[in-house]
Amino acid sequence: MSAITREDVARLAALARIALTEGELDVMAGQLSAIVDAVAVVSSAVDEATPATSHPIRLENVYRQDLVGASLSQAEALSSAPAAQDGQFRVPQILGDEQ
Amino acid sequence: MNQQMEFMSFDEAMQRFDPVFGIEVHVELNTATKMFCSCATSFGAPPNTLVCPVCIGLPGSMPTLNKKAVESAIRLGLALNCSIASMSRFARKNYFYPDLSKNYQISQYDEPIDYDGYVEFELDDGTEVRVDIERAHMEEDAAKLTHVGGAAGRIHGANYSLVDYNRGGVPLIEIVTKPVEGMGERTPEVARAYVAALRDIVRVLGISDARMDQGSIRADVNLSLRRRVEAGQDQGAVPFGKRTETKNVNSLRAIELAVRYECERQAALLTAGQPVVQETRHFHEDTGATTSGRSKEEAEDYRYFPEPDLLPVCPPAKWVAELRASLPELPARRRRRLQAEWGFTDLEMRDAAGVLDLIAGTVEAGASPAGARKWWTGELMRTANEQGISPEELPVTPGDVASLEQLIAQGTLTDKLARQALAGTLAGEGPPAAVVAARGLAVVGDDDALGKAVDDALAANPEVAEKIRGGKTAAIGAIVGAVMKATRGKADAAKVRALIEERLS
Ligand SMILES: [Zn+2]
Repeated sequence: MSAITREDVARLAALARIALTEGELDVMAGQLSAIVDAVAVVSSAVDEATPATSHPIRLENVYRQDLVGASLSQAEALSSAPAAQDGQFRVPQILGDEQ
Repeated sequence: MNQQMEFMSFDEAMQRFDPVFGIEVHVELNTATKMFCSCATSFGAPPNTLVCPVCIGLPGSMPTLNKKAVESAIRLGLALNCSIASMSRFARKNYFYPDLSKNYQISQYDEPIDYDGYVEFELDDGTEVRVDIERAHMEEDAAKLTHVGGAAGRIHGANYSLVDYNRGGVPLIEIVTKPVEGMGERTPEVARAYVAALRDIVRVLGISDARMDQGSIRADVNLSLRRRVEAGQDQGAVPFGKRTETKNVNSLRAIELAVRYECERQAALLTAGQPVVQETRHFHEDTGATTSGRSKEEAEDYRYFPEPDLLPVCPPAKWVAELRASLPELPARRRRRLQAEWGFTDLEMRDAAGVLDLIAGTVEAGASPAGARKWWTGELMRTANEQGISPEELPVTPGDVASLEQLIAQGTLTDKLARQALAGTLAGEGPPAAVVAARGLAVVGDDDALGKAVDDALAANPEVAEKIRGGKTAAIGAIVGAVMKATRGKADAAKVRALIEERLS
């Protein structure tokens, strides 16, 4: 009972900018389905009244105070950039729009 | 295709169609540090000097949530009459663009901090409008990109882009309205007034610089049209049409123009039997037009999922109650209170709309509300308009205007002299009292000096004096005129008249 189709994988791969071969699409569809099926077992253990949760323990956020701390220097910030110019990261021509 | 097509006049578009709009406003907060790291948010720093492993997305770095940003989000939510979620969550919005270092933006998705609110405000003619708020959520701003090569600054044809991450990670709140229906031909005006009202609220809360011209408030406008029904039928029963989203509309005027333009453009398409494409559009400040951007069908899949590096935000009820109790007086309520205190009519209030703070300041500095209103809505508003600046930018303070009023009340200045004193202040000659001293503007209040001027005038015009003695009181004007001339307008005309009558009775 495969929940993840080959088309699903192709679409996700395109969105995630991952190049997959035809063969890989088949493999991934099968493997991802197996993972989803395994996790789906949990559904059988809960009923409608159980709220969805993203963490096994109820934990709450701890805040940071709004106080300025240290930043990197420009040289440090750019030190691992593949390309830089005028103190900025230089990236290839971008097609499409800003969000 | 869109360029060549015929346009429909706005009036005709409104006869045939019923517009529905929604607005997303991004407010950049004025916290000292970024949303998830302790880098400063100050502007104008050299590129990539306000960055750290968190805000340039280096592996292994972890976000830590700014308490002040959450406080600002709660305060804004309360001011917008929203419910504050007892538990809200951050989510990752995934997309690939170099303005995001991580390939995702930390935002909020189905569990925003503020939800179900409303804003009430007035249009220019005093009509009250209410816009419902769907939600307001927290997120981080993106970096600033500069496209190099090709047509200057444009994406298409650029050879490469430069990225400055200083702005990346600065806290934003995005406020989303519910669809606003039933505004008809007032839709562009309502859209503008809504954003203006939001800006005023944000300003009073002090949570943002609230400068549209500097990008600290940015609006995206959604608009669709639907067929207008016959009188007596239910307009609300007609489903919404396909909508467009016009991005980054960055002035109040631009909001009005963009809404108007989309109404005209979509009406022409629909009337010609062509579909409206659901897409992102760009507004051009210079032409007032919108042009097609990215089609929504391609990539509108952000694959949101809960941000695993941040825990749910659970503001204690006590904290929220404290923030509610300490909210400042909001603009709509303040306007109602000031009107009651000042005894202004609705019309006077409308005239004073653009100078309300200045009038309030002037009253606070001791002037009468009527006096303060007279100067600010008259002489000063006119001067500001002539110079193309806002009244706040005039070199006159509320204190100056109050002292002008005082000088009149004390009898030091007549209305006419007060105008001259104000002209001096506007010309940079200092506060009114200093102008009065320097220009020798004060009313000749000294009875002896004024009496002598009257005697001189009577002596110089014996035949007029004779007429007055003979009962022709209309002739008094000529002597008053002569005295005013001799004192260069610095005498109180009523007083001069009394002195003449006293001498000739
Ligand atoms: Zn940082």
